[in-house]
Amino acid sequence: MMDEMQKTLLAQVADLHEVPEGAYNIRANGQMAGRNTTANIDIISKEDGEGIDIRIKPGTKHESVHIPVVVSKSGLKDLVYNDFYIGEDADVVIIAGCGIHNCGDQDSEHNGIHRFFIGKNAKVKYVEKHYGSGDGRGGRILNPGTEITMEEGSFMEMESTQIKGVDSTDRNTTANLASGAKLVIRERLLTHGNQTAISRFEVSLNGEDASANVISRSVAREESSQTFISRINGNAKCAGHTECDAIIMDNAKISAVPELTANNPDAALIHEAAIGKIAGEQIIKLMTLGLTEQEAEAQIINGFLK
Amino acid sequence: MLTLENISFDVEDAKGDKGIIKDLSLSIKDGSFVVITGPNGGGKSTLARLIAGIERPTAGKIFFDGEDITEKSVTDRANLGISYAFQQPVRFKGVQVLDLIRLAAKQNLSAAEACRYLSEVGLCAKDYISREVNASLSGGELKRIEIATVLARASRLSVFDEPEAGIDLWSFQNLIQVFERMRENTKGSILIISHQERILNIADEIIVIADGQITRKGKKEEILPAILGTASAVDACNMFYKGGNR
Repeated sequence: MMDEMQKTLLAQVADLHEVPEGAYNIRANGQMAGRNTTANIDIISKEDGEGIDIRIKPGTKHESVHIPVVVSKSGLKDLVYNDFYIGEDADVVIIAGCGIHNCGDQDSEHNGIHRFFIGKNAKVKYVEKHYGSGDGRGGRILNPGTEITMEEGSFMEMESTQIKGVDSTDRNTTANLASGAKLVIRERLLTHGNQTAISRFEVSLNGEDASANVISRSVAREESSQTFISRINGNAKCAGHTECDAIIMDNAKISAVPELTANNPDAALIHEAAIGKIAGEQIIKLMTLGLTEQEAEAQIINGFLK
Repeated sequence: MLTLENISFDVEDAKGDKGIIKDLSLSIKDGSFVVITGPNGGGKSTLARLIAGIERPTAGKIFFDGEDITEKSVTDRANLGISYAFQQPVRFKGVQVLDLIRLAAKQNLSAAEACRYLSEVGLCAKDYISREVNASLSGGELKRIEIATVLARASRLSVFDEPEAGIDLWSFQNLIQVFERMRENTKGSILIISHQERILNIADEIIVIADGQITRKGKKEEILPAILGTASAVDACNMFYKGGNR
């Protein structure tokens, strides 16, 4: 059974207040806290270590899988390998997420490695939220790894959000796309205090007409620092676009490092990166609508990260 | 009622202080429709920014309904009932048109209610309500959304800085109607900075500002005939023809 703190974390990372519909696997403090499978979606614990295999049958339509992780014990170091096998022509939503509550003095850490094997013409929407809370001195550390293998004609949309309370993140996402596969990644990140966040994306477009769009919007406040590294390799006739748009405030630091490599003359690759403060005129406009300067700033940031 | 008393606004440039507004006094009565016109660089936009509180006067006082608001912030003035439409509206990444109208109206309007304001400014509301107020909007679209945010506030005093700027000829017709309707329906006062004869033509009162001072002021019937045909109200081609080069 989960305690109230774990339930609160679950609500933050997965919008779950009760046991979800459909397939799910809930991991709390390194242990399985609940699991359900359906006729089309099977979840199996790995025999040789921590983690699960999620197997989605070909042709599965409009089903969802929730796999949230909550950590509420100070000093816990959690490492899991979750593998997703998504059958041909399936169309599913996968909701992952990790919440850490640390009110102790030792670091709590969750490192989740997610591997996706997406079959021909399958469609996946993958949503990942990270959240930290607790006023202890111990750090809240999340290091998510995502490895994506996409077969011909498949589609994946990945949304990752980390808005509050995670002290340190080092995210690594790699993807390999076959012909006609399409990947869209949207990252939303807000850091504050002394937090550090590193996001690395490496997308290889290996097949004809593969395409990728990697978009990051972030806000760094106070003393926090962010690094965004986005590499796209065009190895065939393909289209790739990466964009980093960041708002910098207070004494924060942001690096944006887009990197494009074309190994084929028909690879069309574009990168855009912009870092800047909130424009004074934006604040003034909202003040003319009766908002205070602080309220205006909050509205601008909320909109930007929406 | 808005009263400006002996307002001056100086800026520093290479040659020292330069007066943009020079000892200017005026009153805008409740329920009146006033248009300020005059040559570019004469201080009209600065005056609007001083009223909204974006700039503070170097000297003089501003009263709103008898209350001294000279030192009040933009936010305080907005909450007292002063609205200001930017000449060059601001773009916001991620903020939707609906968000902006809700913020302006200070209530959680339904999409249908918010659409009313967009229709009012001639935008097909359902195409715009969920658009982001970002670079994907044209200057004219942005301008109309800006005017809609002021309409949604239904303020006691609404100041529009060159609402016609950046609006194409087709939309301009519609814009005139917006202001005509405002003139009919609104209980507040309206102050518009404009060069357009058709906007001047619906004013109760016209004020001409040049070189930081009021050069003419009075009822439309008195002022309009006097300024039509002068450099401040005719287009460049007309001046060219009058120069005898035709």
